[in-house]
Amino acid sequence: MRIRAQAAGDKATIRVLMSHEMESGQRKDGTGKLIPAWHIQDVTATLNGKVVMTAEWGPAVSKNPFLQFTIKGAKAGDKVGITWKDNKGDTRSDEATVS
Amino acid sequence: MHVNAVETRMKKLFFALGLIGLCAAAFAQKSSTDSIAEYRAMLQDGNPAELFEAKGEDLWKQKRGPKNASLEKCDLGKGAGVVKGAWVELPRYFSDTGKVQDLESRLVTCMQELQGFNGDEIAKTPFGKGEQSNVTALATWISAESKGMKFNLPQGHVEERKMYEVGKRLFFMRGGSHDFACATCHGQDDKRIRLQDLPNLTKNPGAGNGFGAWPAYRVSNGQMWGAQLRLNDCYRQQRFPYPLFGSEATIALGVYMGVNGKGGEATAPAIKR
Repeated sequence: MRIRAQAAGDKATIRVLMSHEMESGQRKDGTGKLIPAWHIQDVTATLNGKVVMTAEWGPAVSKNPFLQFTIKGAKAGDKVGITWKDNKGDTRSDEATVS
Repeated sequence: MHVNAVETRMKKLFFALGLIGLCAAAFAQKSSTDSIAEYRAMLQDGNPAELFEAKGEDLWKQKRGPKNASLEKCDLGKGAGVVKGAWVELPRYFSDTGKVQDLESRLVTCMQELQGFNGDEIAKTPFGKGEQSNVTALATWISAESKGMKFNLPQGHVEERKMYEVGKRLFFMRGGSHDFACATCHGQDDKRIRLQDLPNLTKNPGAGNGFGAWPAYRVSNGQMWGAQLRLNDCYRQQRFPYPLFGSEATIALGVYMGVNGKGGEATAPAIKR
């Protein structure tokens, strides 16, 4: 995951790039067999450990998804954490400091 | 009653204002090129090529292969281990291999010499699979290290000049079941196919913009493509067989476009439709 967090005024813009296959479960492979769905289901964003946003994602989200949102009241030096969990139970968390 | 009448009048007024707004939009209509540029700019902010850059940087420093070595001593033309600015001077002639090599074929040489991988096997691996996807990631990071720099391919060695001439011939060589050449689409200014602008690769700015954008992330298929895959795909579109990874044909075309693009800015890794 690549997280960029930039403060401007009383809010911070957070840009997150996640590395994930995001298989929709609709595609077929070379032999005609369905490729099983494999995508991120839950995304959680925290500011200094406190949850500020949660999202439920489905198969319609693109491969290597990009997420952008703003957090009100975030200042330089604050820690922004992002966690995703996919339908196979895999999970990944990363943290960035607001600049 | 009275309130309703006022509301109706206001609705009419808003409707009229809306129409004026629509007319203004029609007069100031953007060209499709502007819209595409806008779309690209929006995507650029979250270009997944960054993920491949990070992977490439790790691969460069990581000890791998039968010899358990990193690529940090790899000579990309500016001396062992020099990465910054290497990409804007490639393809170039390398005296140790006695060949003109582009970034990707040079990386395979380094992986063979320094890390002990089987170079021929990597070259035969289909694009996007196994070590070949690592080559693409490495190329993505290395090209990113030259972002914003100007192309300046060397033409001092006789082999480099020869490759330029070979590339030029290939560029204008018509063939295949549809009987066309690279030049058919990329030899004139202001051409497009559907909504895609076609750069004129025989001179700047087209040559620098076109050649300088690959490796690039393809949004439509979610794949990272190196210049080798891009050029091989040109031949597929021409209904030719793939010239294969690291073939002299693709490297000669790289020299031709790169030299034509001298002074153009390196924008890779870019994002494409």
